[in-house]
Amino acid sequence: MSEFIQFIQERHEQILLLIWEHSYISFIAVMAGFLVSVPLGIILTRTEKMNRYVIGFVNILQTIPSLALLGLMIPLLGIGAVPAIVALFLYSLLPMLRNTFTGIMEVDPALKEAAKGMGMTSFQILWKVELPLAISIIMGGFRTATIYTISWATLAAVIGGGGLGYLVFTGLGVANDNMLLTGALATAMLATIADFITRKIQNVCTPKGLRSNRAN
Amino acid sequence: MISFHSVEMRINDVSIIQKLDLQIKAGELFVLIGPSGCGKTTTMKMINRLIEPTSGRIEINGEDVSLADPVELRRNIGYVIQQIALFPHMTIGQNVSLVPRLKKADQAQYEKKVDELLDMVGLDPKVFKNRYPAELSGGQQQRVGVIRAMAADPPIILMDEPFSALDPISREQLQDEFVRLQKTIKKTIVFVTHDMDEAIKISDRICLMNNGAVVQVDSPEKLLQRPANSFVADFIGIKRLKGAQERQAVSSAKKATLPRWSIS
Repeated sequence: MSEFIQFIQERHEQILLLIWEHSYISFIAVMAGFLVSVPLGIILTRTEKMNRYVIGFVNILQTIPSLALLGLMIPLLGIGAVPAIVALFLYSLLPMLRNTFTGIMEVDPALKEAAKGMGMTSFQILWKVELPLAISIIMGGFRTATIYTISWATLAAVIGGGGLGYLVFTGLGVANDNMLLTGALATAMLATIADFITRKIQNVCTPKGLRSNRAN
Repeated sequence: MISFHSVEMRINDVSIIQKLDLQIKAGELFVLIGPSGCGKTTTMKMINRLIEPTSGRIEINGEDVSLADPVELRRNIGYVIQQIALFPHMTIGQNVSLVPRLKKADQAQYEKKVDELLDMVGLDPKVFKNRYPAELSGGQQQRVGVIRAMAADPPIILMDEPFSALDPISREQLQDEFVRLQKTIKKTIVFVTHDMDEAIKISDRICLMNNGAVVQVDSPEKLLQRPANSFVADFIGIKRLKGAQERQAVSSAKKATLPRWSIS
């Protein structure tokens, strides 16, 4: 135990740097994923013919083993943080795309009909009815994607992308348990913090009338 | 006034509405009734263009609705549906003021209107305006659903089985309130229902439909006294027909005997 603490004290600068790297790789990947998948999910709800193919394609992306996807990035984008971010971005798409799509599709059709019958334009129906009612589910997808991405980002180190995976894989390689443990614990800690923050974001985004579900 | 001129509606060669001609007078409460699948809801939804007819013409005050902008048209026609469909993320006040806000009406004016309407259906604005739909009972929610259609003061209101999802007691109450309300506001109301008792209770005229065609249009009294054919009589039911005939017999008997008793 004291060895472990000693290791952290000696290497704390490197550890902090790796935590920072890990965070920004994950953050950029998830943000880019969010910016692509939410609008795409909305478009898919308007085009019934296309949605099966697009969601099928993103599903396939998800089933590619993560190590293999990272490996595939090397011939395309070389090594370093950029290919790692691209791979993580591709992974983050599915949970957010699926939640955006189902969140909007599951809005009560009676509400959509009432909105239309009262004279809302289709943009107003999206903006004032569908999105507010689906936002909690959409942000749930964001949360899942963030937590997954943080754990997958450990693999970024394999293609020279840096992050806490460096400690895990180097620790494995040189049989340094303290190093391995530091990497693993720091990743878990990051994921827990991200879970807490994204849960808060999800709660704040949920409209008030949907939070208090009490009836007299 | 709403008029249908040879309106037909088909989906893939299946006829939903066949050659419909109908006149709905300004200020009357017009009930469309019939068995499921008879085309009553379709007929109603063609008025605000939620459904487009295959052929024929629908006019409101002589103007062809197919030439109007559908969004603008719908903002000037109130709309109430069976599922109530209050927006759960908006307060009662925001729900009721929705159409005035879409029309960019003056805020002070519509806020006042919202308070008036809430008062009218016995919901204290101070208590209910800032509540969310989930905090109201079913009967209270549908009262809000009804006044939401009135907030922009549209001359026409379409109502699709508005009370059928309520429990019998709230339903009776709302029907009574609704009859009183209509006496003061005098809107043109097109009301779809499958409940004959409801139709008799609230309507000025009843339009009975079957298989996409009108079978009989008459006042409730005439419908009860002189059903056009056996379908109408069956739909009304023996009990109601007998009841109506007995009441008529009693009232004509009274009329006959009254002069003898009367002092004046």
